[in-house]
Amino acid sequence: METLEKLKEILSECKGEDLDITPETTFDELEFDSLDKVDIVMQIEEAYDISLGDNMQLSTVGELIAKIDEAVANK
Amino acid sequence: MAEKRVALITGAGRGIGAAIALTLAKENTDIAVVDYADESAAAETLAALREAGAAARYYRCDVSDFAAAKEVVDAIAKDFGKIDILVNNAGITADKLILRMEEEDWDKVLAVNLKGCFNMIKHVTPYMMRKRCGRIVSVSSVVGLMGNAGQANYAASKAGIVGLTKTVAKEFGPRNITANAVAPGFIKTAMTEALSEEQKKAMYKLIPLGCLGETQDIANAVKFLVSDDARYITGVVLKVDGGMYI
Repeated sequence: METLEKLKEILSECKGEDLDITPETTFDELEFDSLDKVDIVMQIEEAYDISLGDNMQLSTVGELIAKIDEAVANK
Repeated sequence: MAEKRVALITGAGRGIGAAIALTLAKENTDIAVVDYADESAAAETLAALREAGAAARYYRCDVSDFAAAKEVVDAIAKDFGKIDILVNNAGITADKLILRMEEEDWDKVLAVNLKGCFNMIKHVTPYMMRKRCGRIVSVSSVVGLMGNAGQANYAASKAGIVGLTKTVAKEFGPRNITANAVAPGFIKTAMTEALSEEQKKAMYKLIPLGCLGETQDIANAVKFLVSDDARYITGVVLKVDGGMYI
């Protein structure tokens, strides 16, 4: 839940508007382009001090949360 | 009155950079002066900027240092609240014929002139992306377009700026960030003032307009490229050279 809140903050800042997201929300629905995705990954990496790599294939917010939690656990 | 803009200008302590800073200061713009020289060397410029009504602050930074560049960009964004304009002007020379050029001469000129531009763009663009707006102008040189004996390092760095600028224009265009370069020709500076009359006459023969440029000519080109009038211009190299390279 904590990761979802932080992610909501990052995605909203990137989009420039308050986003209402759930783990089931898809990135297609949010209409992020490739630049947004790079920016989001960089912000997450900085916020959590983790590395997510360049080639993540994610379709939902829940999948990203799982990736973040996994990377944080492996720090 | 329109909201004040904030410009980060490297190498703004003196010369062309100072002229750009003062010109933008007169256009409702606050200025972050980034320079490698000691702050005292930029005192005159800072006083002139404040006289023109700009909030002006000095930041000492070696733009070729990736981490230092990030620190200074973050500090400027914090102090001014935003960065609307980046002008990459910092540059050095170490002129020698290739036969005499040392590895160090090559490395230091490329590091400041080209890597310095990358470092600043890399660290400034995240701020511009979030604002969905930004103007980047990098100072190249006609030497980067035509080559010049004795300046392999400088010419390569300035040609590199052209490729970098066009790439930045393509990558960040979707975020309404424009990236352009200006390419000065022979500009009147302390260095050209020291030339003999004979040397100057030889230079004039290369320039269809028959005279040297002023630092203000470069500043005027930058002023245009960061203005709303240039909103649909990105990825160009604007030569300001009196027709020297056509």
